[in-house]
This record gives sequence, structure tokens and C-alpha cells, in this order.
Amino acid sequence: MTLTYAGASGGGVTAVQGLDLNVERGAFAAVVGPSGCGKSTLMKLATGLVRPTAGRIAVDGAAVEGPVKIAGMAFQNANLLPWRTIRDNVLLPLEIVEPHRRRFRRNKAEYAGRADRLLALVGLDGFAERFPWELSGGMQQRTSLCRALIHEPALLMLDEPFAALDAFTREELWCVLRDLWARIGFTVVLVTHDLREAAFLADTVHVMSARPGRIVASRAIDLPRPRELDVCFEPEFVDIVHDLRSRISEVRQ
Amino acid sequence: MTPASFFERTAPFAFTLGLFVFWEAVCQLFGVNPIILPAPSAIVEATITHWKPLLRHSGATMWTTLAGFAIAVAFGVVLGMIVGWSRAIYRGLYPVMVGFNSIPKVAVVPILVIWFGIGEIPAILTAFLISFFPIVVNVATGLATTEPELEDVLRALGARKLDIILKVGIPRAQPYFYGSLKVAITLAFVGSVVSETIAANSGIGYLMSVAGTNFQMPLVFAGLIALAIEGIAMYALFAFIEMRTTRWAFRSSFAAGG
Repeated sequence: MTLTYAGASGGGVTAVQGLDLNVERGAFAAVVGPSGCGKSTLMKLATGLVRPTAGRIAVDGAAVEGPVKIAGMAFQNANLLPWRTIRDNVLLPLEIVEPHRRRFRRNKAEYAGRADRLLALVGLDGFAERFPWELSGGMQQRTSLCRALIHEPALLMLDEPFAALDAFTREELWCVLRDLWARIGFTVVLVTHDLREAAFLADTVHVMSARPGRIVASRAIDLPRPRELDVCFEPEFVDIVHDLRSRISEVRQ
Repeated sequence: MTPASFFERTAPFAFTLGLFVFWEAVCQLFGVNPIILPAPSAIVEATITHWKPLLRHSGATMWTTLAGFAIAVAFGVVLGMIVGWSRAIYRGLYPVMVGFNSIPKVAVVPILVIWFGIGEIPAILTAFLISFFPIVVNVATGLATTEPELEDVLRALGARKLDIILKVGIPRAQPYFYGSLKVAITLAFVGSVVSETIAANSGIGYLMSVAGTNFQMPLVFAGLIALAIEGIAMYALFAFIEMRTTRWAFRSSFAAGG
């Protein structure tokens, strides 16, 4: 994925300008930055929800000119539909994306099995028939991840997906995401405020400047994989987080 | 059954009964003129004597109310969807609708009578005019307040506006819609009775105004009681439908209090 972007000046505010970001297929990229630096704009640009006023965005070699259908998205709020069961929530993208859309009614059972397998992967075995309000926040967020992945997207866009969770649940979900990524092998762009989260999960961490946002530093995280949570307490890891932190402090000045 | 829950269960009946007992006692003790306020016993007597016309006119009121309400539901849902679909239409229609809704519908009845003559049609139309507004507003609100992030998730998948309305908007608007029905049915009832009182030859409103001019006060009050019973029955029916159809909205915090 290549993002070369000269600036969006919609509504008088230039959200991002001169932003260059390149993410290899199958890589795990994290984007960190001070609040209001245009991270959400970046998400919308990359998925084709917002057209750039200048510049070029390419996903999988092709320029983005409308919503890209190969992307899955998850946000800070799980945004599940309260009238649907967990399984039906996960199946929602298949009712929209081709070619599943056409086949959905006739092959419902096959797709339901697929949803159930994915739910089992994130530790929600046996919750398919439940409704969102019966689940905790962490479980809802797992469901939201499943919904983002059910149509086997090549690109997963995550906008602070774990920000609203408590610390323990958050770390649990880091591992869930780590395992899903290792197993399925999609490309991830994770937007986050949490430097430890970025360092723990990503191959490369990109630091954005304050508005108008652009990438001011990219740092490869060469910690060996698979990473366990204990890695967060090793001096090497702490150094990386410290370094990222100081770079963000610089751009905030 | 614990004593507390027994009290809770019987409270609605006990209070209603208590009200009538109090009413009867006041009438008996102070010798209230039955032309001013007839005692419940006199009302019951009038109900028994005149049960046939009461039933017939209740039926007429029920019919005009339900007919007007049915038109209001069909019209309200369609207009609500149009208004909820597009911000431009919403902005354009909003002042017109607010202006229309703020006209007291009693003022419209004479016009309707000139157009359609005395009878059922003005009553049906008044019931319709008075009751469609809450349906429109609620359906439009349900559609228009879809979470933007959820819309992003779907749009990123290539969903069209129609997909989003079908998959998210309409199910989401349902609790609002069913909630508006119990408001609308009560309003429709008001509308048909107002119209019947002014210009009609059937319906409880008509019966009451005729009985009133003949100073048959117990019968007027019997009509009132009949109206109350019909109103409660219809409200209860739609409250029940609301609870059955959108249980998820009661279980989750969604649309709490709406």
C-alpha cells in the first residue's frame, strides 16, 4: 500500500499534508502521533471513504478511487448491531461484499460455520447465539475484529481498537490480534495512541506530526517473533518505547 | 408471592377502584347535583340502559380512529424514510412539518366538513392529520442517527446507501417506530373524537354532544368512560406490540427512554 498525499483542505482545515507512507503486503504497520494529527483522516483516505484533494493513494498497486472492498475496519467502539446475534454481526460484511453477497442466502450454513471458526480463533467459542449486550466490552471488540476479517480482507485498518478497554483486556487482545495476524497473514495498519501497543505488535512504527499530519519518523521494530507479553519488560523494548515517546514529544513542540 | 409484589400487582386496580369509590362517596355525602357531576352508580345505570347505542357509537369511533391511524402509519413511514434518507429533504421539509403540526387540528375540521360533508371522512382525516407527525419524526430520527463509524465500516465494503438503510437504518428505526405508534394511536383517538364532537352523526363524540344538549349527564359520562376504556385498550395493545417486536432495544441500553 502506498500513500502519497499532498493535502486535504476540506472545510478549511488541512488534516494531513505531504504524508508518505508505504506498507508492504503482509506487514504490520502502526501509526502513532499526538491527538488531532489526522490519523482518522489517514484511515478514511486509505479505505477510499474520503477522496484526497491532491496526491495519490494506492492499495495493492491500484489507485484508490472509491471504497476499497479488500479492507476490513475496526474502531474504538465495537459498533455491533444490537438486534443481531454475535454470529449475524460477524456475517454482516458478507451480505454486502461480492461475490459473497450473491451466494449468501443459499450458502448461509457454510458462512455461519466460517463465522463460528473465526469466533473460536478469538476465544468466543459458544457465544455465536448471544446478543452483543450479553458480552463484555473486550468480547464485543473481539467480535468487531471478526467482523472486520470475515470477508478475508487483504488489508485490516484498525483505528484505536483497544483504546476503550481496561489494561488487562487490552493486553489480552494484543495477543488475539498477534495470533490472528500470524495465522492469516493480512496487512495491518494500526492507528493508536499506545506506544507499547505499537511496539509490541508492529513491524514498523510510523510517527506522525501534529496537524497538518505527515510521517516524521519510521522505526522498524526488530524484536524477534513470536513476541510474548513479557517482551514488554525487556530493556530493548523499553528503549524502543522511550525512543518513540521522545520523537512524539519533539513533534508536539 | 411476597406481600410487596402482591401490592404492586394489585395497585393499578386498587387505585382505579378507590377513585370510583371516592367519587361515589363525594356525590352521596354532599348531594352533588347529577347535572353537574353524576355519581358512578348513575353512570353504570345509564351504561346498562343505553348499552346498545354506546356499543354502536364506540364501534364507530374505533373504526374512524383505526382507519385514520392506518393511513397515518403508511404515510408516516414513507415520509419518515424520505426525510431520514436525505439531509436536504429533511432541512427542506422540517419547517413545513413543524408549521403544520403546530396548527390545532380542531381548526381544520370545519374545512374538512366543507370538503367532504358531515360524516366519517372528516373524522378519519382528522385522526390521520393529528397522528402522522410523531411517526414521521421517529422513523426519520431512527434512520438519521445511524452511527457514522458503522456507516464507514459498511461503505468501506462498498455498501450503497440502500444497503445501509436496509441493514442498519430500518432495524435501527424500529424501536423508535413502535414507540411512536402508541403515541400516535392516542392522538388519532383524540382527532376522531374531536371531529365527531364538531360534525358527525355517529361515534362517541357525537353521542356525548347529543346527550349533553339533552342534559343526560350520566350518559355523557358513560361516553367518557367508554372513551377511556378504548384509549387504554389501544395504548396497551401497541405498548405490547412494541415490547414484543423490539425486545433487543429494551435489553440493551439502546434508545433507553425513547
